[in-house]
Amino acid sequence: MKDILIKNRRRFAAGAAGLLVIVGISAVAAGCGTTEKDIEEIPTPVANTLYVYNAGEYIDPELIDQFEEETGINVVYDVFETLEEMYPVIEAGGVIYDCVCPSDYMIEKMIENNLLQEYDPEKIPNLQYIGEDYMKMASQFDPGNKYAVPYTWGTVGILYNTRMLDELGVPYPTKWSDLWNPALKNEILMQDSVRDAFMVALKKNGYSCNTENPGELDKAMQDLIDQKPIVQAYVIDQVRDKMIGEEAAVGVIYSGEILYVQDELDGSGIDVEYCIPEEGTNLWIDAWVIPKNARNKEYAEKWIDFLCRPDVAAQNFEYITYSTPNVGAMELLDEEYLENEAVFPDTSELLKTSEFYHYLGPAGDSLYNNRWKIVKSS
Amino acid sequence: MNNKASRYLAGPYVVWIVGFIVIPLLTILYYGFTSDTNAFTLSNLMEIRRWENYRPLYRALLLSAGSTIVCFLIAFPLAMILRENKFSRGSFIVFIFILPMWMNSLLRILAWQTLLERKGVINGILTTLHLPEQHLINTTAAVMIGMVYDFLPFMILPLYNALMKIDDNTINAAYDLGASFWQTLTKIILPLSVPGIVSGVTMVFVPALTTFAISNMLGGGKIYLIGNVIEQEFMQDSDWHQGSGLSLVLMIFVIVSMLIVNHFDDHKDSERGGIM
Amino acid sequence: MDKLKKFASDCYLALIVLFMYAPIATLMVLSFNSGRSRAKWSGFTTDWYLEMWADETIMAALRNTVIIAFLSALIATVLGTIAAIGINNMKSWSRNTIMSITNIPMLNADIVTGISLMLCFIAFRISLGFHTILIAHITFNLPYVILSVMPKVRQSSKDTYEAALDLGATPTQAFFKVVLPELMPGVTSGFMLAFTMSLDDFIITHFTRGAGIDTISTLVYSQVRKGISPTMYALSTVIFITVFVILIMGNYAPEWLEKKKGKAK
Repeated sequence: MKDILIKNRRRFAAGAAGLLVIVGISAVAAGCGTTEKDIEEIPTPVANTLYVYNAGEYIDPELIDQFEEETGINVVYDVFETLEEMYPVIEAGGVIYDCVCPSDYMIEKMIENNLLQEYDPEKIPNLQYIGEDYMKMASQFDPGNKYAVPYTWGTVGILYNTRMLDELGVPYPTKWSDLWNPALKNEILMQDSVRDAFMVALKKNGYSCNTENPGELDKAMQDLIDQKPIVQAYVIDQVRDKMIGEEAAVGVIYSGEILYVQDELDGSGIDVEYCIPEEGTNLWIDAWVIPKNARNKEYAEKWIDFLCRPDVAAQNFEYITYSTPNVGAMELLDEEYLENEAVFPDTSELLKTSEFYHYLGPAGDSLYNNRWKIVKSS
Repeated sequence: MNNKASRYLAGPYVVWIVGFIVIPLLTILYYGFTSDTNAFTLSNLMEIRRWENYRPLYRALLLSAGSTIVCFLIAFPLAMILRENKFSRGSFIVFIFILPMWMNSLLRILAWQTLLERKGVINGILTTLHLPEQHLINTTAAVMIGMVYDFLPFMILPLYNALMKIDDNTINAAYDLGASFWQTLTKIILPLSVPGIVSGVTMVFVPALTTFAISNMLGGGKIYLIGNVIEQEFMQDSDWHQGSGLSLVLMIFVIVSMLIVNHFDDHKDSERGGIM
Repeated sequence: MDKLKKFASDCYLALIVLFMYAPIATLMVLSFNSGRSRAKWSGFTTDWYLEMWADETIMAALRNTVIIAFLSALIATVLGTIAAIGINNMKSWSRNTIMSITNIPMLNADIVTGISLMLCFIAFRISLGFHTILIAHITFNLPYVILSVMPKVRQSSKDTYEAALDLGATPTQAFFKVVLPELMPGVTSGFMLAFTMSLDDFIITHFTRGAGIDTISTLVYSQVRKGISPTMYALSTVIFITVFVILIMGNYAPEWLEKKKGKAK
């Protein structure tokens, strides 16, 4: 009698365990089915689909629809917040993308680590519209222009609120060293990223923003520590909203944000201006690249070609307000934009003092990271 | 079902905790004790001796200890009042004080950001009253307010539970025997509420010690805590070995602080943590 | 004197209620402010709610949050309840070992739990996404379920189960008709606890999520870095009110129903 009981119970235990596994698996499967994200992770390529990976809010969404309509290719569009978040995704290949849009130094890193494949210029006829100057600049991180097609470009500079500075009696900034003026206590927004913060301090001292000289980096670090008490906050994309809200008088910002800020403030009586500091700055290019493991190189090239078409590039510029390297598009734009020196500065002048970031390798990166930690901890 | 066979019911669970508790802990141990070249090293743990790492740890210890004390000082009188008024666990008044525990903590921190900001609600009110704007956000005080606000309900509930368990007769007896209010408080009520204090302290101190979101949202990147250091190691610098080493150090601090706190509690109350 | 004391203590309660709810109320008010400014009122609007409703990222985050909370609570409850029965019947040595492992995620700092899971997923080449968040949530929910169910398992008598079997019930019948009802209060509170813990989690989700998937908490965190839009206030209001209503119903509806029933009789 007892034996039967025990047997029954054992069967019950096994059954329950089995049931549980089934419940668990089906629940997980059900869960996965609910997000588009995980559907993509099915390793077999979905026919007729292009997988694009771009930074957030970095395209006019109408253009994605337009591309789908024109080509009949279905676009799966994912976004990343930072390049540091994007890199391991491409490297590990957990999700496979056909086309990605990183910045200069990251492209350099991806080329160095053999993660990209060359594009076929024949397949991208609209490449002719990308200005020669910009292709030349891009060759700094992509020698021979084999991997990257420039999408946007710009500078890093100081955005300032003229009324607030007048009230404080502080002259308008023209140099990075103006950000060390004690009269600006709690009025400064700095970038919360290692390279950008160090670029400001390095350039202030006349050093290269790619330096690996410990002495120069130490000096820059000390300057950042000295500056910290007068900095209101270290932020990334918030600079834009904080400047619009008049929460700070000056902020270090990417040139692509200026038009947005000025548009938002149009008619409010608040005047913000942008300056590229005399000491020179960081010049950057974001460009489309095709990962080595892309499933649909052909679609990726169609996508890039589409974005290089002058009317598309012009429409996209008006939406994202980041300067376009597309000469064809520039002809379609308002004169007013082209005359705006903040948005379209004279590159030949700029290149005398300004630089692109270069990928420094793990050893170089840690020179910066360790010092940045000291700045943040102090 | 007190039977040998039924213990196999725990089988799937054992598999789960081995897979998702034990192995992950071993992974972090592995990374913490190895270098880039996979060689054994203690240097990742020793990183804590560097100024830029121990300073944020020290700051986090101070802030979390401070906010735990403030939480206690706010919550204890509150729990006493609730007890004296005989508000039961089910009453709406008690419910009100515990409710914020269920509300998304990031949204509650966001609320404080909105209040404290330069052009935030408080400064808006000050300006309307023609008073000068105050610099409130991105200060140590702002981060501490955030911690107190976020974790206060976790102090109130266990204190309230502990105080409600004290028999009225015990307290009355103390008064009858001529004890003053102060004596009753320190000799009777406080010792009897130790289990509640212990769980309250653990539930405030540990999350406050290890937070990085509060310091980021209310500190404007200027108030750097050990949580921020570790988060940066993993999410920005991608230095897993150092990040794991510092995580292990933090874990040691958490364990030691809990051992110290638990040392005061000899009741070993089964309702530890008593969340609901 | 007593009146004074009563007044003082009432003031104290009011002050703390103010401290706890004024920030939340502020967010709710701002969600109806037509301007983006936090400092001044520029008129009433419900546009932010409409905008929130139309915003695919917010809606996806909301869906993810609820689905993950529900699934993780459900799986943790099933796994945990069954495990609690099993653990209760173990020898004390293995029981103690398992219980101390169970307590680890509850006692450990969330940041360490999150990081250890992330490292483990990456080390074993499991790509981060919805499923990794779900696994992480189940993991940190399990101890809460076990701790809620365990006392009920200890209290429940083995005799009823044996009796049911002797009376011809199959083990499955016996489990669902006899054992489970006895454990039910613990199971329900374990489920509720797990559900709410999962809803509220930020730190562990932050480390175990992959690119492109957000829950409400991680969405708020990334939005804060970009600059907060008033749609976030609308979202907060909706969440606060939902939580409030659910908890009120959970806490008071049963009592209220009882009373009604009592009156009807």
